[in-house]
Order: sequence, then structure tokens, then C-alpha cells
Amino acid sequence: MDLKHLEDTPTDAERQAVDDVVGQSRSDGGHALAPDARARRSLLLPALLALQARRGWVSRGGLGYVCRVLEVPPAEAFGVASFYALLALAERPAAFAHLCDDVACSMAGADQLRAAMEQRFGAPHAPEHRAEVHTRGHATKACWAKSPCLGLCDQAPAALVTVAGSSPSAQAFGGATAEKVAAAMAGRAIEPASYAICANGPRRLLARAGLVDPTRIDLYQAHGGFEALHKALAMGPAAVIAAVTDSKLAGRGGAAFPTGKKWEAVSKAAATPRYVVCNADESEPGTFKDRVLLEEDPFAVLEAMTIAGFAVGAARGYLYLRGEYPKAASRIAGAIQQMRAAGFLGSQVAGSGFAFDIELRSGAGAYICGEETALFASIEGYRGEPRSKPPFPVHSGLFAKPTAINNVETLAAVLHIVREGAASYASAGTAGSPGTKLFCVSGRVANPGVYETPFGTPLRSLLEMAGGVPGGRPIQAVLLGGAAGGFVSPAGLDLELSFEGARSAGATLGSGVILVLDDTIPLVPMLRRIAEFFRDESCGQCVPCRVGTVRQEELLARLESGVTRGGVEAEGLLLADLGQAMRDASICGLGQTASSAIESALRVLQPFPRSTR
Amino acid sequence: MTQAPPKSVNMRIDGHEVSVPEGSTILDACRKLAVETPTFCWAENLTPVNVCRICVVELEGARTLVPACSRKAEPGMSIRTDSARVRLSRKVVLELLGSSVDMSLSETFAKLKSQYGADPDRFGPRAPRAAAGEREAAEPGHHEVPDGSAAASVGQPVKVDNELFVRDYEKCMLCYKCVEACGTDAQNTFAIAVAGRGFDARISTEFNASLPDSACVFCGNCVGVCPTGALMFKSESDLRERGEWDESKQTVTDTICGYCGVGCQLTLRVQDNRIVRVTSPSDHSVTGGHLCIKGRFGSTFVEGDR
Ligand SMILES: Cc1cc2nc3c(=O)[nH]c(=O)nc-3n(C[C@H](O)[C@H](O)[C@H](O)COP(=O)(O)O)c2cc1C
Ligand code: SF4
Ligand code: SF4
Ligand code: SF4
Ligand code: FES
Ligand code: FES
Repeated sequence: MDLKHLEDTPTDAERQAVDDVVGQSRSDGGHALAPDARARRSLLLPALLALQARRGWVSRGGLGYVCRVLEVPPAEAFGVASFYALLALAERPAAFAHLCDDVACSMAGADQLRAAMEQRFGAPHAPEHRAEVHTRGHATKACWAKSPCLGLCDQAPAALVTVAGSSPSAQAFGGATAEKVAAAMAGRAIEPASYAICANGPRRLLARAGLVDPTRIDLYQAHGGFEALHKALAMGPAAVIAAVTDSKLAGRGGAAFPTGKKWEAVSKAAATPRYVVCNADESEPGTFKDRVLLEEDPFAVLEAMTIAGFAVGAARGYLYLRGEYPKAASRIAGAIQQMRAAGFLGSQVAGSGFAFDIELRSGAGAYICGEETALFASIEGYRGEPRSKPPFPVHSGLFAKPTAINNVETLAAVLHIVREGAASYASAGTAGSPGTKLFCVSGRVANPGVYETPFGTPLRSLLEMAGGVPGGRPIQAVLLGGAAGGFVSPAGLDLELSFEGARSAGATLGSGVILVLDDTIPLVPMLRRIAEFFRDESCGQCVPCRVGTVRQEELLARLESGVTRGGVEAEGLLLADLGQAMRDASICGLGQTASSAIESALRVLQPFPRSTR
Repeated sequence: MTQAPPKSVNMRIDGHEVSVPEGSTILDACRKLAVETPTFCWAENLTPVNVCRICVVELEGARTLVPACSRKAEPGMSIRTDSARVRLSRKVVLELLGSSVDMSLSETFAKLKSQYGADPDRFGPRAPRAAAGEREAAEPGHHEVPDGSAAASVGQPVKVDNELFVRDYEKCMLCYKCVEACGTDAQNTFAIAVAGRGFDARISTEFNASLPDSACVFCGNCVGVCPTGALMFKSESDLRERGEWDESKQTVTDTICGYCGVGCQLTLRVQDNRIVRVTSPSDHSVTGGHLCIKGRFGSTFVEGDR
């Protein structure tokens, strides 16, 4: 390709940061080793993230250098860089704080935290107010911005602090205060806040989480680790797929698609190479279960990916992790290294003839990249824009090859199924939804955290298990399934937590969100925050979602202020039309569900009295 | 080597049986039956991006509507092109476009707006234009929280940074056609791409550079495919600005470009003895609708008032 490149020169540090990414991928025996254009392009996001981590923003010189090394047109690289919230294209200080203002955090003092930050560091993004903080002895400047859900709702309010430099750092922590944020910006380590890890039945997904040191492969092995992998290698791919199919395991990423069917289709696809992808983008507001698995039992996720690779006949897996999970990133990276050293990844997995390796890829702040086809585009080095289905990923997924993509929790569930069999798996749960499920309980409950429970548990029991509402206040509503889910009213709390139970109640389990609002929480600002979320996270590709999410937020603003266009009823009709068109005509699930929670609130909670103007 | 005859696919559209060659789209099948199906982002000489969603139709058994322009015909499909769901989605898509983009130069839009009874004003008065540079400064994941009194739009000043064509992104519906024409579908120059996210997504060069500072070679192929008049010849834009654009005084002539021996067909639109627009038919065997700077601008540049 004959490209015109930017003439700006990179700094030595920027050049080094990019060279390291390219060199690292070579020495990783990475897929990107191949000298073809596709492999180079797929290093675009890692290279941009390296620039961001080195300098705190992506400069013209840095981006221009990436384009020359990877042979990417500058306009396209700019299009990619400007897609992600964690990449800055204008100069910024090295230290930057992202403060969550999403649903759970705004119920836990996020507004006060931002006010305190504003006093100390000035307005968000306002360069003239950037205060000095001291990073490792050097005075640097700092600034902050608000952020959507950081996946730490169980420890709300949450913050993510990044400090750029030659040894960059990133810390995400709950229980955030202005003092802690300032300390983190100055490079000090913040003590993690605590949260509940509980089960009221068999502890399968949470067998080790919180109990076994997750940084040591020997301890993982001492607690049942790799038993499933050994068994799978002995069973053979067909038997593994049969066991997963028999277990009726359904995807935990939101769509509940049968996993066995997915694996079978990939294993039978003619095209090669095939890929396995672990979807660890977890960005649905209120969701943090995958974070707990990735941080507290990383080997389990990687073992399950290896089994998936064996079952479908893939030699390579990618784990795509949201960029806001630095702790999970280091745990996974460490676990991959240990598995390679111990022979559980590489040319002969556990001494068998099966070759498999896993590459960790980081997102950069885009909820939409959790949508499977957007995730592929992101890994490939393109904007995270979903693609039309069909073709489905099982036929044409990552790099247009057959791909088995699964959620973290889905994969984790496979270990029990392979080790103990489908019948044992079904000993918990209901006939329609066998097994156990993780729920992310947050908001106004005594013990927020992740709860493993057999399918079929009533919502009410789970809330009791989490200690109920502090102070015994009445529940106003529960947001079930996330921002793409819906609200349940106090009258609906007997809902049975299973796929069929949720369906018959007109709800969805979504990503396992159970966010509790007591009677003191103003509901309308929450609805508005949800509308704001979809407006911010729409990729912008298709008209119904790109413009529809803007109109939906404007409509809620009018309902909140009471200055409506023609009364509450008229606004309701307008929302119904918008919702219908977004559901019917949007390309992907984001637009298709952008009005779900809001419409459900209007249906079951009637937050807007008809008397409003 | 003999080729097997293409297989055909039988399906139903609005109750009528139709048979199309394998690989055809639902749109192809609709056209074969002369069922009118609107399109904005589709073009015969570009890869379908299916982003505007005006072409959606109802496929029996599918949860959502499907885009006719890109969804492949499959045996046994049953399609409705005029159901209540289809009409509602098309109407709302028109309203969303009309409330956020200046669609005044699109004849297709005007026709569809009355056909579907679309009322873009349902969302309130159009918000004032952004100042120059404001939309480019938006950061992904952040926006000014609205009060709902006005409908946000992509309004902004026209970008005039060269003598050949202007970019009035207030008229940009983000159909991706210009990006495709500048990229692998025709020009392979990659001077422009989509930047930003969500409602702040926009067509842009790297770091919003002016076209002369970018990779642009001024082939004008992006101008040739733009459906809304967002990209416009400077000659045409100047006349319109002075209120002198007058289609009744214009003639259209076909000729072969004389700059080189390739033989591109040019369609010249002339007003007052001056060439005001140069295009090429999108089904022409040599050009596929695309030209180079000489054919596209040679004549206007020579004759235009500079
Ligand atoms: C907007 C959007 C965001 C999504 N985010 C995630 C996510 O963060 N994690 C996830 O596992 N699935 C997510 N999904 C679902 C994936 O597209 C896909 O269905 C899933 O990864 C399949 O894995 P499973 O079958 O194991 O659930 C998202 C879907 C949409 C439409
Ligand atoms: S529905 Fe929204 S997020 Fe999905 S492709 Fe369309 S614009 Fe992008
Ligand atoms: S004139 Fe040609 S090179 Fe320039 S932006 Fe348009 S299509 Fe690309
Ligand atoms: S400038 Fe024209 S061709 Fe390009 S995206 Fe906008 S409307 Fe489409
Ligand atoms: S971390 Fe703040 S809402 Fe989830
Ligand atoms: S014409 Fe089909 S989506 Fe635009």
C-alpha cells in the first residue's frame, strides 16, 4: 500500500513503547508473528494503548509512528484511537482519574466524591485547573473525568487511576475518597476494599475464589486445578462437546445461547484456523462477576479456554479483557506465563499432542466491544463496530474464521461439567436451567458482592442472603439483568431466578445484575443515567441507535424537569415509537435493548405522575 | 473449464413467489418484483455497510427486522415489505435523520418523508449549530447533558479548505459511502475515515487535518457518491450560495474524458456555458462511477471562477 504518513516525529520514549509491543508479539510466538498485513493491523490497539500508558495521551508523533510501523493509514488509526474512552488524543497530565458516576456508585456517594475532587483538582477535563500531584518525587499535573460503571459496584463508589510513564501503573479500587484518589495519582498503592463472595448451594464457580491464592499454579493444582483438562484430553473432542451439550449449558454473557451447539458448529466448520475467544469485556452497568473469577481464579478461566480450544480444534485463544480491570490483567498475564512454564499451554498441552496458546488483549474503554462481532473488530485493529449477522461467528468470526466466543462464567462452568459429567451438573438448578449461576448483588444491600446460587432460587431469597436492605427500609425496585435488562417492582420479588422464570415474568437475567434501590433513591435520575449510558456507548454506526439514544435521553430530561412536549402521555407514545424502532431496526443488541430498562420502569413503577405538565 | 449455472433461490415477498440467483440480496429480489424499497447507504458500486436502516423489511421468524440491501436471499424466506412494523421503523428512521441532519438536498428524503408521514419536529426544535471545531473536540463516552428543550443535531459550519469541493457536514447522514469510495472500493487513498463514537461520530482526516494537508488526491470520488450534498463541488456550492443555482438552465452531456487513454465516461452538467458538476455513471464498465482528479475537476478547474 502506498500511504501518505504523518511527518511528526515521535519521542524516543514513544518509539520504544511501540517497538516493545511489536517485539513482544514476536517473542510471544504470537499470531502477530506472521508478517502479513492482517497481523500487523491487529497490533494497532495494543500499540495505541502502549503510547497512552507511556505518555498519558496519544500524540501526533506517536500515532504517526504506529502508522509507519504497522502500515496503517493515519486517518484510519485516528478513527480507531478516537473510538475509545481510555485513549486521549489531546495532551493530558500523566496522572488521570476516572470516577464512576453510574447507577450503583451514584447511590453510594459518587456525587460527593466528584464535588470533593472538583474542589481539589478543579473541574473535570479543565486543563487550567489541573493541580499538582507528586508522582514518585516528580511534580506532575493531574486531572479527572467521570466514567461509566467500572465493574466495582460491590465496592461503590469506584475509581480507576492511571499514571503514565516508563513504568506505568493502573489501579481500580472501590471505597474511593478524594484522599485515596489523590494518593493513587501520586503513585501509592491503595488497599482493596472488601466484598462478599458467597454461595448458598454447591460452590462450583466459586470453588477457589477468595479461598486459594490465585497467583500460584501449584496451589491451583492442589485444589483440583487441571483435572478437567486432563480428563478432556483423555475423552477426546467429541465427548467433551457431547458432555457440554448434555449439560444444557447456556451462555452467561446475556444471550443464553446453548454452548454445546456453538462448539459443535465451530468444530464442524470447514475453514481453518479456528479460534477460541473469552469475552471478558464485562462492561454492562452493575456487572462484576467475571472480574471476581478473573482476579480470584484466573487459572480456571484459562484451563476452560484450553478445553474449549481442544474441543473445537483451535490452536489459539484470545482473552479480551476490558481495559478498566488492571488487577485481572496482571493476574491473567501471570497465570498465562505460569501455564506456559508448566506445560499447560504451548506446543504440547499437558504432554499431549494438542498445541494451544492464549493471548491476552486489552480493551480501551468501550462497552460495545463486549458485543461479539465488535470485539472481533477491536482485536483486528478496527473500530469496535458490530457487523451484521449472519454470517455468525461460528462460521465467520475473528479474522473471518470459525470462532467459539464465550463469556468468562460460561467457560468457568465447563470445568465442573467435564470433570463430573452433565448429570452431576444438573443436580443443581431447574430442568430448564441446570447448574448454578453467579449474581452481582449491589446497591442498597447489606453485603454487596458476588453470589453463586442454583438456578431457581427466588429473587427474594437471594436478597435475604445478601443481608437485605440496610436499616430495613422498603425496596423500591430491583434492576435485574443490567442496563439492558429491566426493573422488577416490590410485587415481583418472588420471581424465580432461572432463564424460564425470568422469561415468564417478562424479565431477563442478562448478565446477572441484581441492583437494589430502596425507597430513598430518586428513580428518575437513575433512568436518566441509563439513557446517558446508551447515548455514550452507542458505536454510532446505525441511525436508530446513534440518534435514537440521543432522543431518548432528551425525552427523559424533559420528563425529569416536567417541561414535556405535550404531556407525559405524549412523551410515553414518543418513547414507545423510539423503543420499537431501536429494537426492530438497530444492527446490534445495544440499540435493540437501549430502551428496555427505561420502558420497563415506566411499565412497572410509574415514576411520572400523569399530572406533570 | 465450465462453470456450473448459478443456483437459484426461491422465496416469497409480500405473498408473491420470486426466484433470484444464489448470492442475491433481498433488495435484488424486491427489485425483480418491482417492490419499491428505499435505500440511502447502499450503492451498486460500493460494498453494503447497512447502517442507515431505511431498507429494513420483516422476515418471517426473525426477532428483528432485517436490512434488505445486505441480507442475502435464502430459500424459503418469507418477507413483508409493508407491514406496520416496517412502516414504523422507516418513519422513525426518517424522523431521526430529519431532526439531526440537514436533508434538504436529498430528493429521496423529501419523497419518503411524505410517503411515510414522517414528522422530524416531533423531537422538538433543532438545536443551534455547534461552533467550528466543537464536534471534533468531543471525547468518546462524554457529552454535555441535555435539558431536552431542543433536538441535538450535527449542525456546524461548512468546511472550505480547497478550491475543488466543500464539506458541509451539517448535511452528513454518516452513510460511510465517501469512506468506502476513498478506500478499498475505489480510490485506495484512505484519506478519510469515521472518527469519534456514537452521535459524535463523524467523517474525518487524521487529527482533523485540512484536506490539502491530508492524503487526499482530489479525485472527487467521495463527492460523486455522497447522497445528501454534504460533499459538493465548489462550483456548485458557490452558485448555490449566490442563489444562482438553477437546474432549469442546466444541460447534461455525456462525453469521454480526453486526458488519457483509459476512456472514462464523463457526464457534464453545464449552466451558463460553465461546467458545474462532473460525474460518471455508476454502472459504466470502465469507471464504475469513479474518476480521477483530471476527469473530475479538470474542466471545472479550468473554467471555474477561481
Ligand atoms: C452491547 C453488548 C455488549 C455485550 N457485552 C458482553 C460482555 O461484556 N461480556 C460477554 O460475555 N458478553 C457480552 N455480550 C454478549 C456477546 O455478544 C456474546 O453473546 C457472548 O459473548 C457469547 O458468550 P456466551 O454464549 O458464553 O454468553 C454483549 C452483547 C451486546 C449486544
Ligand atoms: S445498534 Fe448502536 S451500537 Fe449497535 S451497531 Fe447500531 S449504532 Fe452501533
Ligand atoms: S477526493 Fe478522493 S482522495 Fe480526497 S477524500 Fe475524496 S475520495 Fe478521498
Ligand atoms: S459526507 Fe456524504 S457520503 Fe460521506 S458519510 Fe456523509 S453523507 Fe455519506
Ligand atoms: S462501579 Fe460504579 S456503578 Fe458499577
Ligand atoms: S440501504 Fe440498507 S441499511 Fe442503508
